[in-house]
Formats: sequence, C-alpha cells, structure tokens
Amino acid sequence: MIDGLLIGSVYGLAAMGLSLIWGVMDVINLTHGAVIALGMFGMYLLFTALHINAYLLLLPIIAAGLIFGTLVYWTSVHWVIGRPQLSSLLATFAVNMIIIGAGTAIWSTSPYNVNFSVPGFTVGLYTFTGNHMAAAAAAVIIAFALELFLYRTRPGKAIRAVADNREAAELMGISSTTVLALAFAIGIALAAASGALVSTLFPFTILSGGSYQLKSFVVTVLAGLGRPLGALAAGLLLGLLEGAVTPFIAVSWIPLIEFGLFVVVLIVFPKGIFAKAAA
Amino acid sequence: MSPQPPTDAAAPSRESVPSASRSAPLTSRRGGLLLHPVFWLTLVFAGLMIAVPLHGNNVALREDLILVAVAVILASNLNLMIGYTGYVNFGHIVFYGLGGYIGLYLATVRHWNLILAALTAGVSVSLLALVFGVGILRLRGAYFALATIGVLVAVNSFVANFDPFGRSEGMYVSFDAYAPLGGPMRALWITYFLVVAVMALSMILSLAIKKSKFGLGLFAIREDENAAVVLGINARVFKAIIYSVSAFLPAVAGTLMFYKNGMIDPSIAFEYMLSLEGIVMLMLGGQGTVIGAALGGGLYERLRSYLLTSPRLSNFHLVIAGGMLLLVVLFAPGGLIGWLYRLIPRARKVIE
Repeated sequence: MIDGLLIGSVYGLAAMGLSLIWGVMDVINLTHGAVIALGMFGMYLLFTALHINAYLLLLPIIAAGLIFGTLVYWTSVHWVIGRPQLSSLLATFAVNMIIIGAGTAIWSTSPYNVNFSVPGFTVGLYTFTGNHMAAAAAAVIIAFALELFLYRTRPGKAIRAVADNREAAELMGISSTTVLALAFAIGIALAAASGALVSTLFPFTILSGGSYQLKSFVVTVLAGLGRPLGALAAGLLLGLLEGAVTPFIAVSWIPLIEFGLFVVVLIVFPKGIFAKAAA
Repeated sequence: MSPQPPTDAAAPSRESVPSASRSAPLTSRRGGLLLHPVFWLTLVFAGLMIAVPLHGNNVALREDLILVAVAVILASNLNLMIGYTGYVNFGHIVFYGLGGYIGLYLATVRHWNLILAALTAGVSVSLLALVFGVGILRLRGAYFALATIGVLVAVNSFVANFDPFGRSEGMYVSFDAYAPLGGPMRALWITYFLVVAVMALSMILSLAIKKSKFGLGLFAIREDENAAVVLGINARVFKAIIYSVSAFLPAVAGTLMFYKNGMIDPSIAFEYMLSLEGIVMLMLGGQGTVIGAALGGGLYERLRSYLLTSPRLSNFHLVIAGGMLLLVVLFAPGGLIGWLYRLIPRARKVIE
C-alpha cells in the first residue's frame, strides 16, 4: 500500500506532462510513453557512464527533455495545431513509432536496470524502501516547482493564458507559438523525468513506457486538465488503488482495470470533470 | 436520446436515413454499384491474384500475395472507421485475432466446416463489437481512440487467461484438421482463394457503403458530428453499426489465416504493431477512399516484406513506417489518392 502511494506520485508526475500538453494545446500526445522510455534509457546511459547519484542526473535529463520536446514540437506538432484532432493524434503517434522503432533497433526489447539503491528504513511492520521514498520526494518537488512556475512566473502565466483562450492571449501580446512550444517542451521533459525516476525502481525495456502512458491517461482523466497538484493527487489515488488490488488479482489484469476506470470516468462524467476545469 | 426534429420538414429525412441503412444498400443501389469502375477493378484485381499464382503452382508468390490480401482487408475495414466516420481505432487487430481464435476453435476443436466456422467467427465478433461499441462509442473523438487501445488490452488479457483457447500457449491445428479440404496442399490453396474472396468483398463492401445513404451519414459524422445529429442522423446507432461492420470481414480473414498458419497465440493474434501499421497503410493510400485503402495496404505490405528481409534495414522498418506516416499526416493528408485527385481532378469521379 505504502509502495503504491509512493509509486503513485511518480504516476502523477508522468501524467502532469500529458495533462499540460493536452490542456494547453488540445493535443493528445501519443509520444508520451516513448519519451518516458527514453527517460529510462537516458538515466541508464548517464548512470552507467558517470556513476554519480542518480537523482542529480535528473537535471541533465530534464534539460535534454526540454531540448528534445522543442525539437519534436517544431518538426511535427507545430504543423497540426488547429487541424482536426485526428491529425495531431496521428502525428504524435508517428513520432512514437519512430522513437520505439529506433529504440528497439538500438537496445532491442530486453530488460535493463539502473543499479542504484538508497538505503531504506523500517517503522514497525512497514519497510520504506529508499528508492521509492526518494523517487516520491523528487516527484513531489518537481510537481510543486511546476505549480509555482505556472502560477508565479510570467512564462507560466502566459501558458495558462494560452490554455484559457488563445486568441485573447495573442491580443494581450503573448506569442502563442512560443508558448505552445514551451508547454510541449515542459511536458516532454516531465515525461522524461518520470521515466528516469521509474528506472531507479524497476527493470525496464524500450516498450515499458506504454503502460505508464496508459496510467497517465487514467490519471489525467481523473484529475482534469491543468493543475499539476491535481494530477499528483490523482496519481497517488491510482497508486493506492493498484497497491490495494494487487494482492487479490493477477498483475496481467491491471491494465484492464485501469482502462475500465478510464472509460467509466469518461462516461459517468461526460465532460463533467473537464467542464469544471475549463469553466 | 437523439434530439427530436424541431419541425415537420425534418421528419422525412429522419425516417429515410435509418430505413435506407436497414434495407441493405446493396439491393437498393445494385444498378449503380455494378456499373461502378471500382467494382470491376476489384474483380479484375482479385481474378489476377488468383490466376497468376495458380498458373505454374507458384507457392512463394501465393504466400506473398496472401499477406497483401490480409493487409488490404485490414486497411479497407479500418477505413470504414477512420476514413468514413473519422474515428481512429487503434485496436482494429482485435477483430482479426479474436476471429482467428473463435474460428480456429470451432474448426479444429469442434470440427466444424471451415467456411461455417469463419462465418460464425465473423458474426460473433461483430456482435461483440456491437456490444463494446455501444459502450465506448459514447466517447467522442480522441477519447474513443484511447478506449480502443483498452479494448485490445482487455481482449488480450481475457484470451491469455481463457482455458478453452489454450491461455498464453495458444492453439495448434493438428494435421488431420486439413483432411476435410483434401489434405494440407489443397487446403492452403483453398484458404488462399477464400482470403482473396474476402479481400474483394471488403473492397466491394467499402464501395457499397460509400455509395449508400448510410455512408453519407457516416461522412456527415466525420465532418461535424453535432451538425449531423441536428440534421437527424442517429450518430450513436450509425457509429455502433459501422464499428460492428468493420469487425466482420477481418474476423473471417483471421479464421482463414490462422487456420492456414496452423497455430495461434495471444502475441501473434493481437499484435499491437500490426494494428498500428494498419493505420499507416490507410493514411499512405488515402483514407476515405476504397482504392486508397487497398493500394496503401498492398504497397505497405510489399515494402514491409522488403524491409524485413533486407539485412541492413530490418531493424528500422518501424522507424521508416513512422516517418512515412508523419510525412503523410503533415504534408499529404489525402495520401496517394488525395495526391492523385489534386493532380487529375477528374479522377475524383472515377476512383472512389
């Protein structure tokens, strides 16, 4: 259960990136899972090369994520902004195929792991594994940093303004293209960071991102679009739920349950959650 | 509930649309369909696909062409959802795989006649799709697309845990299962002919739907679902029907293909990549057109076979596929056929 809660914060972090891009650009970013996987491999490569504290490596990974996100935005996403949702869905999906294809060619689909551990501690019956604690702490710090950025700084406010009303923001002198590129880059960087954190917890393959992408969708739908802290809370909820059900059912059923949840939430609150977020 | 027609003037159209869809568009428009060039093109194409490998008993060519036929079947039926209705289905392969499972189970464990087994598989998968469709088609646009991944995951984990279907080990076709068709050699040819027939049927079905009032309703949903509903199209019913229809022929083809291959297991039956490549085929050829879907399916399949067998490029076939998809989506949303339309505007009248 506790582990579930701790992992949940990483789910929340992964979902924040998706939610940011979705909310600001109205683009459902299907490269999300692939970028999470890239974050995992980024951590793997940097850690095996440098052997320094894995959490310090989050910084270069986030920076690389920002650059990569900007690159993807200008090469593929920029052209489909304002076109029907089908186009952006397929464009990001194509990028996803390219990343997964290249990743499979380079690393095959065999599992890797980052051999780094933080000592844990035990309180009564519960054992707190160090890596889980540290990953959760990092996720929470990043979530708060993002919240501060969005609500306290000028570029952050510009992102929110564009999300609210692109035309009005343009009239106020905000260059919406720059803002969209920035939002996309941040979203990608968050995905990479969450992937990097996950890589310190579990072994992973290039295809592992897919299941985190799925969880991100569920979390995003649960949380509604926009608030990073909302996504964090919904992530915790999902982690808790997973922790609660895993003793009783086989792990192979979990994606099924998550997707059931996704569909049910969307049907029970048809636009409900989103309507509130938009209003 | 769909909105009530505000005036009497709207009432006739409200009545006529569903009735046209129920009274089988094939019969009401038979004359138009039989005269259509695409109809003849399909027959000639299918005839050639049968005659050429049969001449000289060319088994290698047959094996290549059967993959082309399957690609065309998948792309054509996916086109009914993506191209006609504007709904992306990421889990289209589920129909093919599940059809394969049900048909193989009936044909080998229950010893049914192959054609009967394939048709039963088609009908049951269609019915299942109808049930799923009524649920998830309440979601619009991108949300539906995400839910289709869920259907794939759901069916995959169900089958992998289902005893009669051999759980994750799958099922094998014993050698004597081919006896009713006159031994394995003949059985392979017969399944090939059947798959080509299903391919031709897929294209004719696409054409018939496109030419029907039902098809017009779907196109209206694609352009603007809210407007279509206001104009009296029962979008929810239309979408559920087309989702179910797009399941039928892939399921039949699934039975035939897995019977021919002699085995099935969850990882081959529900291969996510193949599902995704179906989308690439469709976009490449030109979504929304009958010929485009077929052309994209055929070309992509040949390209894929080439890449997979080439020693240097085999690892990169997904990268190339993704790159092609990206280029098509960004710069030529109409695909090859869209490009042809722009080049020769009159082609629009002949090539559907």
